[in-house]
Amino acid sequence: MGLSRQKYDVVIVGGGGSGLRAALQLSEAGHHVAVFSKVFPTRSHTVAAQGGISASLGNMQEDHWLWHMYDTIKGSDYLGDQDAIEFMCRKASEVVYELEHYGMPFDRNADGTIYQRPFGGHSQNFGERPVQRACAAADRTGHAMLHTLYQRNVSAHCHFFVEWMVLDLIRDYEGVVVGVVALEMETGDTVVFQAKATVLATGGAGRIFQSSTNAFINTGDGLGMAARAGIPLEDMEFWQFHPTGVAGAGILITEGVRGEGGILLNANGERFMERYAPHMKDLASRDVVSRAMDQEIKEGRGVGPEKDHVLLKLDHLGVEVIQKRLPGIREIAIKFAHVDPVREPIPVVPTCHYQMGGIPTNYYGQVVAPKGDNPAEVVPGLYAIGECACVSVHGANRLGTNSLLDLLVFGKSAGDHVAGWLATNPQHRDLPGDAADQSVARLSRIDKAQSGESVAAVSASMRKVVQHHAGVFRTGPLLEEGVVKISEVVDRVHCTAIQDKSRVFNTARIEALELENMAIVAQATLVSALARQESRGAHARDDFRERDDKNWLKHSLWYLEENRLEYKPVNLQPLTVESFEPKVRVY
Amino acid sequence: MVREQEKLRWRSRRGLLELDLLLERFLANHLETMSQEDIKIYDALLKLADKDFLDLVMGEMLPPDKDWETVLGKIRKA
Ligand SMILES: Cc1cc2nc3c(=O)[nH]c(=O)nc-3n(C[C@H](O)[C@H](O)[C@H](O)COP(=O)(O)OP(=O)(O)OC[C@H]3O[C@@H](n4cnc5c(N)ncnc54)[C@H](O)[C@@H]3O)c2cc1C
Repeated sequence: MGLSRQKYDVVIVGGGGSGLRAALQLSEAGHHVAVFSKVFPTRSHTVAAQGGISASLGNMQEDHWLWHMYDTIKGSDYLGDQDAIEFMCRKASEVVYELEHYGMPFDRNADGTIYQRPFGGHSQNFGERPVQRACAAADRTGHAMLHTLYQRNVSAHCHFFVEWMVLDLIRDYEGVVVGVVALEMETGDTVVFQAKATVLATGGAGRIFQSSTNAFINTGDGLGMAARAGIPLEDMEFWQFHPTGVAGAGILITEGVRGEGGILLNANGERFMERYAPHMKDLASRDVVSRAMDQEIKEGRGVGPEKDHVLLKLDHLGVEVIQKRLPGIREIAIKFAHVDPVREPIPVVPTCHYQMGGIPTNYYGQVVAPKGDNPAEVVPGLYAIGECACVSVHGANRLGTNSLLDLLVFGKSAGDHVAGWLATNPQHRDLPGDAADQSVARLSRIDKAQSGESVAAVSASMRKVVQHHAGVFRTGPLLEEGVVKISEVVDRVHCTAIQDKSRVFNTARIEALELENMAIVAQATLVSALARQESRGAHARDDFRERDDKNWLKHSLWYLEENRLEYKPVNLQPLTVESFEPKVRVY
Repeated sequence: MVREQEKLRWRSRRGLLELDLLLERFLANHLETMSQEDIKIYDALLKLADKDFLDLVMGEMLPPDKDWETVLGKIRKA
């Protein structure tokens, strides 16, 4: 099939924080860069980040990158790779100051230095006392970061392909990645983009859960592309949950509500947290509260016709406290939960928030996969950064504010490494004859299908399976059943049909393609979670309640082909400092 | 023009979940029957940064043009 072709030095798939940071590094060095995004770049999901970005600037109290490193490793429940974590924490100040120089409007102290907020998990001197480490731009940190990076990329003549959906990677016969196939939404045209290096920066896949804080665009496309190209997905059993998302909507209700005295109730009106955490009660840590809520729901004490949520009660605080100390909460509850919290409780459920796993990479952003004796052989020409990648700096559990940092550090580092790769690989490699076959076949199936299930119905089934079987609290039987159910969903995904056959802005067609990617991520999640017989970080097994370093201090690698797992060791060896040996994680 | 509507539908995919949810309901109720005038306003709203758009919808910011209120009102009520 004669598709049109274009050539760039580098193709970057994704215009969120990580993609834009990598693009900047390369565009400013004079390379010919194409950035693809499904939506206008500054509408990438990075815009949702409010909390901040961590760096041990030490502007508030004494701080040190080694303490940040310790906090990150402990937070990861020792599943993070210590070389990558050292790399990230050491680079943090540099990338934050760079962003400041690019014009990022950080909040400031009276003396003009960047103001830093307190945030859970940030400590001084290896857990001794809290330290303020989060840099923010009011509640618009992600928004400001995207706008700052986008403007600078435009000045550097980076080429943007906006409202294009990348469908698949192209790998040649030696396994080198030589470009991508992409679909232009406005015309419906499919185009082959040949590149010397390709960078995936497609963000997370949080939409595989029924209850998710993620925007609709977070469908894990990069993970689908990698998996279809024979690359494994790493640690997909690890998803971070936030305890209080609005039931049925996912919008986050800040922890501050419980801080001000809000309490959680089950169907019997019981303040159940008193049973699970007698001291901290509703203020226990995120994972403890999430698990307790999930257990109440599983044991039939959930609220509502489906008994599928619990209640967050704050009316006893009074209108004034709610208005004054929790600004915006009342409006959010009215708009998204259809209750006025001044009178009625807010229905809430533990909600999927962040994907710790992803496409395996090293700290240069190079995608790596096992080959022979080498557990981390480089896939030439391919890089992955941001939430779609697993470096792994977040291990089994991400520390708040470390994700935005990850975007900048590894975006930049991948950019630098790609520049080096271009110097030694100055020519485009030939495209294989079957370059676009996979994408064309996927599109033609969707276009030709005359009858079949709707994409919406299959998506709903997928989300329900993932939510119920791979939610906060997992057991062997529940996961086993989930693995069976998700393969049934996968079969249905390939038998969907859409009514709209037009080529121009065909949202239905895009959603069908996105569902294929989500189903891959969902299957990886369930299969990896069933196999891991321990509890670590965000992966909590009722039947294996302890962390098991003897058997499970290792990364999962799931392969689409054969739906099978392999494992690779965790790198406990930092770059220059002593290793942090696994210890029991207590806060 | 139907395809113009489809373009608006895609552009209603945002970076903020709050907007995704509100616009999904708004489109379900109004997309097919929107006047040319409202389409113009909606298109202008879609060009805003997500944070500004959400602030307008939540009534925390005033629109630059009073006429926008008709569409904003429908989004709020959706
Ligand atoms: C509500 C919320 C609040 C958060 N707050 C914080 C915080 O305070 N601090 C923190 O550190 N982290 C926070 N996070 C996490 C953090 O925001 C994300 O992990 C991070 O922004 C992801 O950035 P990214 O560059 O990987 O991807 P994204 O910003 O998600 O961008 C993905 C890009 O890829 C493009 N794309 C995807 N698929 C395709 C395709 N097939 N073809 C073409 N383009 C494609 C998209 O259009 C988009 O441009 C928060 C997350 C949420 C949900």
